[in-house]
Amino acid sequence: MKGDGARIALLHGAVLALLFLAQFVAGDYVQLSLTRIMVLAIYAMGYNLLYGYTGLLSLGHAMFFATGLYVAAIGTTRIGLGVPEVFLLAIAIGALVSLAIGGLALRASGVAFMIVTLMFSQAAFLTILYFGEYTRGDEGIVIADSIRRFGFLGMTVDLASATLRYNLALALLAIAMGVCLAIVRSPLGHVLIAIRENESRATMLGYDVTRYKLFAVVVSGTLSATAGAAYALMFAYAGSTLASIQYSIHPLLWTLLGGAATVLGPLAGTAVMYAVVDIASGFTTANLLAVGVVLILLVLFFRKGLLGTVRQRWLPWLP
Amino acid sequence: MSLLETRGLTRSFGGLTAVDKVDFAVEPGEIRAVIGPNGAGKTTFVNLISGRIAPQTGRILFAGEDITALPAFRRVRKGIAYTFQITSIFGNLPVHENVALAARAGKGNATECLTRVGLETRSGQVAGTLAYGHQRLLEVAMGLALKPRLLILDEPTQGLSDGEIAGFVKLVRAIASETTVLLIEHNMPVVMELAERITVMHRGSVLAEGTPAAIRADPQVQSVYLGTA
Ligand SMILES: Nc1ncnc2c1ncn2[C@@H]1O[C@H](COP(=O)(O)OP(=O)(O)OP(=O)(O)O)[C@@H](O)[C@H]1O
Ligand SMILES: [Mg+2]
Repeated sequence: MKGDGARIALLHGAVLALLFLAQFVAGDYVQLSLTRIMVLAIYAMGYNLLYGYTGLLSLGHAMFFATGLYVAAIGTTRIGLGVPEVFLLAIAIGALVSLAIGGLALRASGVAFMIVTLMFSQAAFLTILYFGEYTRGDEGIVIADSIRRFGFLGMTVDLASATLRYNLALALLAIAMGVCLAIVRSPLGHVLIAIRENESRATMLGYDVTRYKLFAVVVSGTLSATAGAAYALMFAYAGSTLASIQYSIHPLLWTLLGGAATVLGPLAGTAVMYAVVDIASGFTTANLLAVGVVLILLVLFFRKGLLGTVRQRWLPWLP
Repeated sequence: MSLLETRGLTRSFGGLTAVDKVDFAVEPGEIRAVIGPNGAGKTTFVNLISGRIAPQTGRILFAGEDITALPAFRRVRKGIAYTFQITSIFGNLPVHENVALAARAGKGNATECLTRVGLETRSGQVAGTLAYGHQRLLEVAMGLALKPRLLILDEPTQGLSDGEIAGFVKLVRAIASETTVLLIEHNMPVVMELAERITVMHRGSVLAEGTPAAIRADPQVQSVYLGTA
């Protein structure tokens, strides 16, 4: 177990170190892509905590992502809050929203849970369109560069700076990774896995299964909202597409591709899918076709996703 | 005071009353067997006790406290451990992790419990790949790791070989020295050897209750159960 801890720290630290070094060799375009991938990977990591580890399939995570997105966008452009304040506020509201949604949705289980989360998310999406006056609907809110330049602890921070953005995204990713590792390796994480594996057995060991699931929804939703807020602030935009069903499906696909219930899987899945879509859109407008091909390959050859397969074949200690 | 008591416990499914006004008591330290033909309501009865299903009427007292309204996990924490009639383990997790999950919940010692059931050499194996008899032993180890005051075993010897059954009888006897055991069992030699008292269920009701000798001699029991077994 102790040996595992060292290996795990080494591997995850190495991944972060590589991402840090990548900025010195990557061109502008790749750097921007990696920034987006890291922010979206936080979203996928949050999703994976609920789906991969706890076994709860949500079809409505876009509502959590959108919570962060719109709190950040509306908070800065309409209410005049500063970037650091709005970021913390988005995380807090994300936690509250996921607590409320979790409390309601967890009355259902299995397919009913999927449908309830989908319905809540659609309701959130329609609400965003309905209040178009504030959210500007699918046209979206653009956050002006002047807002994204602010003083913080005596420094001037400019989120329009590509390098700064990259390193902020990396720092957030590192924190999210640390949170996920700490949870899944703790006794609590073991209970989440036990619930996924055999819920009635976990109950009959005396675990309050509903409370554990609620914890997973809250952490998962809060990480998603954090990613949403970071996305809006770094890329200066919040639009209703980012709250649509498509954005609920994305983290599921990224997680499945990278390997459900592996901490690095969502990052790998997000990166690969991003690259596939990016490269495919150079050739064709039907980039969904590329997504389809990836999914078919996944089902045929990598049932457990990229890192799930790595764990199965080579690294059984992978968390 | 009885460790466990039920009063007028009733549960029906549609038109079928699976458990019908059952009054029942188990004293601390005893090994109690509940027998009865297939469909008599034994599993439903222990499901009511463990809280996996709710009764329509009646009360359940555990160590004098009314637990009728408590959810299952709270009853487990109060000391009622339940092993499923159909094997229920964490099949994809290692043997040791199965017991560790129970031990953390119940403050028991995982390694010690694995040793007691004789699975200590298999602790690294994936639980689902254990032989069937070993999976049943693993369930008992999980039950022990909960440090229960009442251990409910629902047909633990079903599907075991004769040799495994002999080992099982010894194990239950050892367990009974520190905890009360409620044993549902079809295998009559096992029941006769282990139980201090036997409760016979038939069509949801208690048909008879007494020592093994008295139950064996009861003509009513013979006609509904022993004769057909
Ligand atoms: N969830 C359920 N829904 C409907 N009927 C049920 C349910 N559970 C049990 N029953 C019925 O209740 C009756 C009692 O079933 P139970 O499983 O308690 O019997 P049992 O004594 O444990 O039998 P066995 O010895 O076969 O395990 C049976 O007729 C069964 O079909
Ligand atoms: Mg039964």
